[in-house]
Amino acid sequence: MTTTDTYSAVWQRRTPRKRLLIWTGWVALVALFVWCWQLMTENTIWAFVTDAPRQAADIGARMWPLEWGYLPELMGPLWDTINIATLGTIGGVIMAVPVAFLAARNTTPSATILRPIALFIIVASRSINSLIWALLLVAIIGPGLLAGIVAIALRSIGFVGKLLYEAIEETDRRQIEAVRATGAGGLQVLSYGIVPQIMPAFWGISVFRWDINIRESTILGLVGAGGIGLKLNASINTLSWDEVAVILLLILGTVVVSEWVSAKLRRAII
Amino acid sequence: MSTSYPTTWRRPPQLIKSARLRYAIQFAIALYLAVAIGTLEVDWARVAAGLERGGRFAAGFLQPDFVSRWGDISRGLVESLTMTLTSTVVGVLLSVPVGIGAASNIAPAPIYFVCRSIIAVSRALQEIIIAIFLVAMFGFGPFAGFLTLSFATIGFLAKLLADDIEEIEPGQVEAVRSTGASWWQMVNYSVQPQVMPRLIGLSLYRLDINFRESAVIGIVGAGGIGATLNTAIDRYEYDSAGAILLLIIAIVMVAEYGSSYLRKFLQ
Repeated sequence: MTTTDTYSAVWQRRTPRKRLLIWTGWVALVALFVWCWQLMTENTIWAFVTDAPRQAADIGARMWPLEWGYLPELMGPLWDTINIATLGTIGGVIMAVPVAFLAARNTTPSATILRPIALFIIVASRSINSLIWALLLVAIIGPGLLAGIVAIALRSIGFVGKLLYEAIEETDRRQIEAVRATGAGGLQVLSYGIVPQIMPAFWGISVFRWDINIRESTILGLVGAGGIGLKLNASINTLSWDEVAVILLLILGTVVVSEWVSAKLRRAII
Repeated sequence: MSTSYPTTWRRPPQLIKSARLRYAIQFAIALYLAVAIGTLEVDWARVAAGLERGGRFAAGFLQPDFVSRWGDISRGLVESLTMTLTSTVVGVLLSVPVGIGAASNIAPAPIYFVCRSIIAVSRALQEIIIAIFLVAMFGFGPFAGFLTLSFATIGFLAKLLADDIEEIEPGQVEAVRSTGASWWQMVNYSVQPQVMPRLIGLSLYRLDINFRESAVIGIVGAGGIGATLNTAIDRYEYDSAGAILLLIIAIVMVAEYGSSYLRKFLQ
């Protein structure tokens, strides 16, 4: 007759083999981190790093007192920034809707050719930040608001397209079936079976993207695409930190207001 | 005698029921658009001149040139990738205590307010604006970028972690506490096992986001592939710029699929 093995007095959550695996994983991560750290800081000038607290105090001191007289001059660029975000969102949404219908499995006309193309458009637009789009567009169509609007629009396609095509794929099949059973054609099914179901999601996504776009459009001016970022860039280049502080406060205020508006609107819609 | 029914049907309005309000909103939107487009100053001659350049860029995108600037590109990529990894690791390490402190069910009130305000500051400021300041303080290069991304990671991860901890099953905490466990043992044995899978998932997701951001903050001097891209565009080398963009898209796609696969595998 066999007796049971001796039990350990201390409770352990995992088997020794599993523990060893987890420890190896952590050691590998630490080694990778150290290696990356050394590669990254190869060319770092540590004198600048140790000097940072003094620099920070210096910048902080120069921000005070705030240059409030600069505020009226900022209203024009702020209006431009809001226009970039709003018109960019509208343009992006208009381009994203057909892409979303091509990318959704249940509405795409051809799953083998058009769907991968639509998915690639979505991924490409999502992986390139709006600031990079703006950098390109400023080089191509020249500095100004138009470059900012197009940059915001191109960046929004991926975001709106992805969320919208997921909403289309989650629509209730029975409603579509019912509309089709009345003898409706393809466009009628779209308009009476699918569109009503995704309408709240569509408006919610658009308003959410508008909110993000307000945030992103405040900095597009750094690369010359118009708006309040232009003023920010000018003030940074002339090292007038008191003006920079006013601009940052204004940007912060705008972002908070747009977030509040978007939260209100989305609650009203959904 | 039968009553006559309408032979056509109009779909009722879906969002705003009151017709007057609907027309008012439509009018307001039209008015805004007219004013907004009216204040746009577009230099169409410049745009037309630029289209030719756009064509050259499209050509560069289709025939990317990886070779002639490979030294710069590989240096930028190495900076971006190392910056991404180190900043994610440090950011996660910092955001765990902040996240635990910002969970109202396990942290005392004063610590809760301190941690929540750290999160609020980190979330309100954009990466690029933080990067401008940190570059001014710490000098050009990937070290400033590393600090920027670490700081931004705190805002993202600590908030989601704190929200997650606030939603854990209280029964397990109660059970561990009733065995006489101290606060640390309680966190270790009842909170940590509940939030760990999600924390790992979020960290991988943030790794992905940090790479995308590392491509941007180079534009203001914080190192990485963004700096290389900026230089390539300034030199009008669209074929090199196209190569860099394709590399960014490829790495983002690999990171996205890789991280979603890993998350599925871990959960």
